[in-house]
Amino acid sequence: MSEHMDTAHHGPAKGWTRWILTTNHKDIGTLYLVFSLIMLFVGGSMAFVIRAELFQPGLQLVVPEFFNQMTTMHGLIMVFGAVMPAFVGLANWQVPLMIGAPDMALPRLNNWSFWILPFAFAMLLSTLFMAGGAPDFGWTFYAPLSTTYAPPSVTFFIFAIHMMGISSIMGAINIIVTIFNMRAPGMKMMDLPLFVWTWLITAFLLIAVMPVLAAVVTMMLMDVHFGTSFFNAAGGGDPVLFQHVFWFFAHPEVYIMVLPAFGVVSQIVPTFSRKPLFGYHSMVYATAAIAVMSFIVWAHHMFTVGMPLTGELFFMYTTMLIAVPTGVKVFNWVSTMFKGSMTFETPMLFAIAFIVLFTIGGLSGLMLAIAPADFQYHDTYFVVAHFHYVLVPGSVFGIIAGVYYWLPKWCGKMYNEKLGQLHFWLSFIGVNLTFFPMHFVGLAGMPRRIPDYALQFADFNMITSLGAFLFGTTQLLFVYIIIKTVRSGKAAEQLPWDGAKGLEWSVPTPAPYHTFSTPPVVGEK
Amino acid sequence: MVQSPQAYYVPAQSYWPIIGAIGLFGTLGGTALLLYSLQQEQASLLAQIMLFSGILILAGMLIGWFAAVIAESRKGLYSPQLDLSFRYSMSWFIFSEVMFFFAFFGALFYIRVFAVPWLGGEGDKGLANMLWPDFTAVWPLLEAPNTDQFRPIKAIIDPWHIPLLNTILLVASSFTLLAAHKFLKKGNRPKVKLWLGITIALGLSFLTLQIFEYFEAYNELNLTLESGIYGATFFLLTGFHGAHVTIGSIILMVLLLRVYQGHFTGEKHFAFEAGAWYWHFVDVVWILLFTTVYIL
Repeated sequence: MSEHMDTAHHGPAKGWTRWILTTNHKDIGTLYLVFSLIMLFVGGSMAFVIRAELFQPGLQLVVPEFFNQMTTMHGLIMVFGAVMPAFVGLANWQVPLMIGAPDMALPRLNNWSFWILPFAFAMLLSTLFMAGGAPDFGWTFYAPLSTTYAPPSVTFFIFAIHMMGISSIMGAINIIVTIFNMRAPGMKMMDLPLFVWTWLITAFLLIAVMPVLAAVVTMMLMDVHFGTSFFNAAGGGDPVLFQHVFWFFAHPEVYIMVLPAFGVVSQIVPTFSRKPLFGYHSMVYATAAIAVMSFIVWAHHMFTVGMPLTGELFFMYTTMLIAVPTGVKVFNWVSTMFKGSMTFETPMLFAIAFIVLFTIGGLSGLMLAIAPADFQYHDTYFVVAHFHYVLVPGSVFGIIAGVYYWLPKWCGKMYNEKLGQLHFWLSFIGVNLTFFPMHFVGLAGMPRRIPDYALQFADFNMITSLGAFLFGTTQLLFVYIIIKTVRSGKAAEQLPWDGAKGLEWSVPTPAPYHTFSTPPVVGEK
Repeated sequence: MVQSPQAYYVPAQSYWPIIGAIGLFGTLGGTALLLYSLQQEQASLLAQIMLFSGILILAGMLIGWFAAVIAESRKGLYSPQLDLSFRYSMSWFIFSEVMFFFAFFGALFYIRVFAVPWLGGEGDKGLANMLWPDFTAVWPLLEAPNTDQFRPIKAIIDPWHIPLLNTILLVASSFTLLAAHKFLKKGNRPKVKLWLGITIALGLSFLTLQIFEYFEAYNELNLTLESGIYGATFFLLTGFHGAHVTIGSIILMVLLLRVYQGHFTGEKHFAFEAGAWYWHFVDVVWILLFTTVYIL
């Protein structure tokens, strides 16, 4: 008997080494999710420092240099440490279950992808304790702030980014191969659940743009240590080149952070509306269209940098075009709910809040896409409001919704619905209190990334800070709910949601350690 | 033991990934610490130990992990479906490499079409010329705007000497590798060894000439990393390409060793094909590089 046959019908290995040596997609999914939850609080505590300093005008708590380190590290940790790994965790748990695969296509590589991350973030966080402090040039790390004027710790930042990139590329390859090659016999591409589709397209984006991120930090490294002049006009280079390469990565990156959330919401809304998803095909095509267009809009982040007029116009119109496939999605979600037998359990509440609040973020994005108007909005809190609306009640609500939705299947226990709803309402109020006033102060001209502000912004900033404290502490409740569910939740049923469809619900509750060792047969519809 | 046709091989717990993560951390963390300490004018001993042991661990991991996979494959544990997983993975990995080079070629394009002409006063943003009014934009850019900081290049590498020879070597190596593959499929193993050996020799000759060219660039032409954007893009593109030729040569050498060990059959030799894909990819990059970096 070969090794794997011995373990195929067993449960998990004993002891803590299980988590280090595991090749099981469910274990690795759990690792990703726990890691991202920890990082959510690390990044969140930095947001706490930022909002505490901005509670009142003037400099009270921290020096400006440290404030800059906080905004930088907060962004990096939330993007690369919280949101991205959380979605990879959801993919690890759900993709094999939803397509009837025994595991991910390359289980050992899967483990490597995860275990690179703790080392990468250890390296990134260690910069906080170095002479000269952590990176302080913003999460966008524009040259020459990140080259000529960077603190010495920038070198560790660069290599941490390299490690995260390696992890992401390998993870994405694994997901793409799993989806292409491991579907249950009879399951065609157009039978795939939408979460799987969105992840397929996300994985493609990751493989396409993470190498570009690696390239740009490599050029930074060369400029910092080896005397090159990629981003230095004195040598014939151009700091704006940095921005082009960076945003060529970072614009697809923002879709990487939201497409899987679209997928989660597209699973949840039909379940709790007890109707099939409206316009499945158009959802798939819209996702693909968003992904393709994400490659030709990057310079809308750079309208004020000094681009030729044709460039401004090109990037303005392509950006506005993206609103069309996104609008298709919102329309389809709303149409799915229309005349449905709706109920409002916690996952559905988060999903509906996602639709409404993400749309607000999308609309402010359209405002920012208008090049002449952007000259006014650029680098103000309006931008901060915009991208937090798409990332917090967007991506993060999508992740939370997914966790509530699938948690009963994962651990076989039901969370406490009252506590879940309390978590939702506190989060919903907190998130809007935090980010809505930012629109007003931004339009009035309050600049971002500055630890102090003019007196007329004081009231709105205080509201924002209070909202942030509420939202942040509320997430402790989320942790409490998860722990309580796993430890002492009521046993969940085989099908915890009566409208839920799909292969993942066909396995016992909790999902056994190994599922679909023999692939299920997916019949003709 | 022969598997039933449906079973997909799901490996048991493995030590290799965590060893790989530690090795990668040692290698990259050690490099970071070394560069960081050099910036402070003292090479940290800790960094050197970390880097050295990181590389050793990483190399050990690669050898051990690949050996495990080869052993499993030779035991017949891998189904055709798993073979397809490997094929897809390698293709997507090469696509990620394509995007890595794409970024560098894109940077070169931007520099040549926009940044340098603007600095010279031409085009939409020619206002940039007021920074260095004496600067004239030409390509190849021998003199950077600030010649004190970035010392001028005397001359660039003549594309019709070493680079042309290198092009011939690499293109030829793609064909010799095709020949090796053809003989492998026919089961003519002595010919496989011969042509694979020739391919490796061509690759190593390429690398030797490339090193020779770098020597010439540094010692005679003052074409260096510090000589402005021409040197920067030149060494970035050729350097990363050279690194890939090195990796490709190592892959081919491992394949040759495996052929000597009696591995691969006419039908089943995915490792060989993956190595060949990688080699052809590196060859294509060179052709682009020869055109856009050396000739144009």
